[in-house]
Amino acid sequence: MKVRFWGVRGSIASPGPKTVRYGGNTTCIEVETNSGDVIIIDAGTGIFPLAQSLLRRLPVKCSVFITHTHWDHIQGLPFFIPLFIPKNEISIYGAFDPVASQPIKDILNRQMEYCYFPVREGELKAEITYNNLRERETIEVGSARVTPILMNHPVLDFGYLVECDGKKMLFTGDNEPLYNIYSPDDDYYHEYETLIAMKNKMFIDFVRGVDVLIADSAYTTEEYPSKKGWGHGTFDSCIKLAAEAGVKSLYLTHHEPTRSDDALDVIYQGLKQKYSEPFEFRIASEGLEVEI
Amino acid sequence: MKISQQDIVHLVEKMPAFPKTVHRVIELTSDMNCNPKDLVELIEHDPVMVLNILRLVNSAYFGLAQPITSVNHAVVYIGLNTVKNVALSTATIGVLPKRNEAGFDMEAFLLHSLATATIARMMAKRMKVPSKDLFDYFLAGLMHDFGKIVFANFMPHEFKNALKIAKENNIHLYEAENEIFNINHAEVGSLLGEKWQMPQSLIESLKCHHSHKEGNSQIIDLVSAADQVTKELKFGYSGENLLEALPKIVTKHFGKDINAIVSDLGDVNAEIDNARIFIS
Repeated sequence: MKVRFWGVRGSIASPGPKTVRYGGNTTCIEVETNSGDVIIIDAGTGIFPLAQSLLRRLPVKCSVFITHTHWDHIQGLPFFIPLFIPKNEISIYGAFDPVASQPIKDILNRQMEYCYFPVREGELKAEITYNNLRERETIEVGSARVTPILMNHPVLDFGYLVECDGKKMLFTGDNEPLYNIYSPDDDYYHEYETLIAMKNKMFIDFVRGVDVLIADSAYTTEEYPSKKGWGHGTFDSCIKLAAEAGVKSLYLTHHEPTRSDDALDVIYQGLKQKYSEPFEFRIASEGLEVEI
Repeated sequence: MKISQQDIVHLVEKMPAFPKTVHRVIELTSDMNCNPKDLVELIEHDPVMVLNILRLVNSAYFGLAQPITSVNHAVVYIGLNTVKNVALSTATIGVLPKRNEAGFDMEAFLLHSLATATIARMMAKRMKVPSKDLFDYFLAGLMHDFGKIVFANFMPHEFKNALKIAKENNIHLYEAENEIFNINHAEVGSLLGEKWQMPQSLIESLKCHHSHKEGNSQIIDLVSAADQVTKELKFGYSGENLLEALPKIVTKHFGKDINAIVSDLGDVNAEIDNARIFIS
């Protein structure tokens, strides 16, 4: 399968002279199987250039998996041109929101309401289906299998494992490593440690041995303390996860919006010197294609 | 008079959270950097909020392989922010009426529930129950009389009658409930536990907290004992005027009577005071 990065920026699109090389579009990843099945993970602004490329392959049949419904992961969806064209078949998947008590369809459609967007969802011409996913519920997309797992973010957030032709890739979505909310002398400290260990083990087992891991590395370890609880990982936490899970390669994404290309280069050089892990790791950039 | 399971569940699902907790949750979460453990502690003292959160994370939406049994567990699994928002949204459903037509004192009832929960947890700790399981005892204690809230709020006249009969005839409240409703608060509580997909052990403890028999689980025995301690020390009031015998496992471990438990536990008052601020 092929993995293409169409958006690697976190939080808000960040075009400009300082983000030309890594790109300014927000999260969107395309997975194309050897049989030509198209799986899109997240619909940040990167889905707009992806849409342009799909227009050369009409009619479009694809499945869009939403990790979570924060703006930077859904705001490109109203501009996903294949939605406007008859005979295209588009399946959209995501979590039912337990707080809003709303299915994925309603949450996504709100951004196409009259005051936000000129075309209502009901006017879209493609054949669109919406599906609420449960954790670990495997969806078959042509020759591929896609399975969601709950990650740690301030909203319900799925990581997705894509398996096809004996290869595996996993995208964490937005994710912050779990941390203990208690002090060591609090009654609940040990209980909480145990619960974290259980959850971590389940996740590591799920990720183990994937060919490509794409992980949220919004912050540096130095920046992290002031961003704790915001739901994002660090470069170091991602490399640690990749090492523990024995993955074959790691792609670092969800770049902080004010981070310049030069700053990312400096961070990458630092990581190369610091780590000599037995797997390849790279900073994801817009337009990058990885063949597994 | 007979009432259906569906009627009860329908009514209790509308049950709001404690007003004090609602205010505290809003206050606490208005600061985006609020301390997560303060929020967990706050939520834990509100049985309705706890139940709503646990019901939700154990619901079909998540389809989790293992049941989530505590607020901490929920925080680890679905994240603090989701838990916080669930707590807030459940809290805004409404506010529990301070009075009901049954004349059932809700503040006294809540204190009785919290005290039973606290004492059950303290007793479990003394009996070397692993810390990860202590919340199960707390929750079972907190919820043990939950069925009474349904009666008091939605069938007030009948419940008032049950309270009167129990007092006048010097019988247990559950006996009076059986006469009037053909079902008692313990069974109502367990039906809710089932509907809300609570862990089986909790459902069982709600159902059996008035039936003393060999082979009851330790949770049932400790909640029953905690219930007696709470009544003896007059922490709140739940409409029950009679004490029940202590389960064997309790007398074996703590001594023959309630005083033995109290002296073994140490400062019960301080622990319960922590809980009391939520309903004062």
